[in-house]
Amino acid sequence: MKTEVLIIGGGLIGSSIALQLALRDCQVTVIEKESSGRHASGVNAGGLRQLNRHVAEIPLTIEAAKLWRNIKELVDSDCDTCFPGQIRVAENSEDLKKLQQRQSLVKSLGYHHEEMITKKELYQLAPALSPHCVGALICREDGYARPYHALTAFRHKAESLGVQYSTDNEVYRLNKLDNVWEVRTQKGEFKADVIVNCAGAWANKFAEILGEGVPLTPKTPMMMVTERLPPFINPVIGATSRKLSFKQMQNGTLVIGGAYLAKLDFQQQNTEIDWKKLSESAQTVMALFPQLENVRIVRSWAGIEAFMPDNLPVISASSTEKNVYHAFGFSAHGFQLSPIIGKIISQLILDGKSELPIKAFDIRRFLRSFPN
Amino acid sequence: MNNHYQLVIIGGGAAGLSAAVTAANYDLRIALIDEQAAIGGQIYRGIESVPKQRGKQLGDDYLHGKSLATAFHRSDVDYFSSTQVWSVNKQGEIGIVNNNQAQILTADQIIIATGAMERPVPFPGWTLTGVMNAGAGQVLFKSAGVVPKNEMVLAGSGPLLLLLATQYLHAGIKIKALLDMSTLTNHLYALPKLPQALLAAHYLIKGMKLQQELKQAGIPILEGVSGLKALGDDNKINSISFKHNRKQKTFTTDLLLIHFGVIPHIWLTQSVGCHHRWDDSQQCWQPKHDQWGKTNLDGILIAGDGSSINGAKAAEYSGKISALQAVYALGKINKQQRHQLTLPAKKSKQQERCIRPFLERWFAISDALLITADDETLVCRCEEITAGEIRQAVHEGHHDSNQIKFINRCGMGACQGRQCANAVANIVAAETGKTIHEAGIYRGRPPVTPITLGQLANLYPQEKQ
Repeated sequence: MKTEVLIIGGGLIGSSIALQLALRDCQVTVIEKESSGRHASGVNAGGLRQLNRHVAEIPLTIEAAKLWRNIKELVDSDCDTCFPGQIRVAENSEDLKKLQQRQSLVKSLGYHHEEMITKKELYQLAPALSPHCVGALICREDGYARPYHALTAFRHKAESLGVQYSTDNEVYRLNKLDNVWEVRTQKGEFKADVIVNCAGAWANKFAEILGEGVPLTPKTPMMMVTERLPPFINPVIGATSRKLSFKQMQNGTLVIGGAYLAKLDFQQQNTEIDWKKLSESAQTVMALFPQLENVRIVRSWAGIEAFMPDNLPVISASSTEKNVYHAFGFSAHGFQLSPIIGKIISQLILDGKSELPIKAFDIRRFLRSFPN
Repeated sequence: MNNHYQLVIIGGGAAGLSAAVTAANYDLRIALIDEQAAIGGQIYRGIESVPKQRGKQLGDDYLHGKSLATAFHRSDVDYFSSTQVWSVNKQGEIGIVNNNQAQILTADQIIIATGAMERPVPFPGWTLTGVMNAGAGQVLFKSAGVVPKNEMVLAGSGPLLLLLATQYLHAGIKIKALLDMSTLTNHLYALPKLPQALLAAHYLIKGMKLQQELKQAGIPILEGVSGLKALGDDNKINSISFKHNRKQKTFTTDLLLIHFGVIPHIWLTQSVGCHHRWDDSQQCWQPKHDQWGKTNLDGILIAGDGSSINGAKAAEYSGKISALQAVYALGKINKQQRHQLTLPAKKSKQQERCIRPFLERWFAISDALLITADDETLVCRCEEITAGEIRQAVHEGHHDSNQIKFINRCGMGACQGRQCANAVANIVAAETGKTIHEAGIYRGRPPVTPITLGQLANLYPQEKQ
């Protein structure tokens, strides 16, 4: 089977790229080794966060936020988005100083999406918070969506524009013959002009095949969710010197994360909750919301995600082969970026360059000779 | 290491007690954890405290549990009563809640003997108040002597249905009718399995006696009933309708006890990551295991009806076999001894199994019930998802149980999917043409029973900063 672009990985990034290419009349096939959203795309926290991103990601996150605001125009579904803001609280003067420095930095770069708020405003926005906090950094336009719903919407829209998905189909090998890629898979051979590697935690397998292996580490951030509670907090809460992501979903459940890692058997694709670490996560919640002591946890889980040593994704053309592109290694904060990644990669493929600055995400940064 | 045991047995029913009593002879540090306040599990519930009169009503098979209980209390096994297990993992860590405190025990070998649960079968009106599992009703009767006041209807399919009916009868409860929902085609298909079943003829004779007794007591037994619906106002049942002899019939009643057989309680084995298979004959998921009760995971064993439904006696034998496997793995006996010592139990277990293929076929649940044919029926009670919504999700491209769970939250409620997992897998299979095994089972997401944020935060109190 011959296609113009073949995308390895049917998660949110792969589906977003497929959609953008299809919108520009490209013929696209997505090969997914399990089912779409089986790993990080389906089970992440769904955070739509511009707050506190690496400066290199700021131009991308701002453009992505615009797309999320009107996501229905793009994918015919609102993906259950809501935008109550994301807040990073300061629990002491040291925290406060860190947040002020951060805000000055963002401001000096000409951005205004991150604001400091006073203790008074913090408690107006989040009265349920333990009284010891002293201030916060906020991005008022931030929010969250439901990840698997978003993924489904992207996939359905892409499919409606003619994108073919081949699921439960693992890619084994890539071969180039006369400028055409021959892709050997579990379900037979595919041919393509262009290949995009969006294989998430499994992406390095393909980088290695291409002779540009990267220091990618699969990791497994844990999440937990509680029983439903009456509405008691709107914005998403994070902390400055603790690992926490805390929000109440529209159905009343609390979704709690914080990048505490589960144990992982990568070969078996098996994650196992680390109770000692999840206990720390619960202690963090107790410190900021002591009134939740008797709230019941009904579920915990961990997804397998690709982490890079600098916690920045790889978004770039291949350094070794023409007509190959990478988009992986989002280090647990790719969900919000996904709509813009589709645009960037489709521009790289069809226009030869991206409108947005992506030098910081070049795969060559992991090669010794690459100038920083 | 105060919290470490060489062997931990989870479940204090027939299999768990038998495992504990067996392993106790080998100088091991053993714990038995049970969620009830007293041992006995479901079958021997209340066995140590049952008054003579009620014990008699419950019958000799029930009273057999006394000998197990006595032997257990003579052993030096550490006994954790009223203790919930909320997690087991491959490291041999067992999360428990006892006295409102969560803690972790560790074990070299774990025997999961969590027994069976009544098969949840969604049908129109099954969530109304006044519709209850017959087994749950019986539990109230065994432990608390609670009996319903008004006339009730019993419906369903399964060998326990007759037993439950006679037990209710003995207790002086009025039964308006017994609706047997096993189909006549079932009975035809079951006949070839009858000769083998005759090897365990005492069970068949017991069944016939029960039936006769009910008839003599003047209780109408309606056979081949289908299309059962519970109807009501204000979320409360006031009548039922069903099809019998090609006629639509209605009964008024404010209590409908239903029973569709039992299935293994697999939520711990599923959570720890044991492999499971769908058993077509028993129409349920079972943890895969070998003749010694070993699962695919090192040191995790399974015993009793939690592995496959074979009844209390077989559970007792299987508890013994798994215990001896654990004793062998702990180096207390050699391979030859394991073989010799388990031989009688294996033989007896095989004997117990004789009747099962016949019973399983005779009482098989009809496809219409398994796949929740009625679109309006709630399948996931916790998240209020109907069969129609699940079918819709399948048509939109979500082709396994876990994708259905992701998209419409089926199985994400407090029951962790215990109520809807089978129905969802059956619906997906029916709609996609996949096998039920391919449609899949929900991935386990601990805690298996909820724990509070406070309990989790204090899980390791001595290391708290």
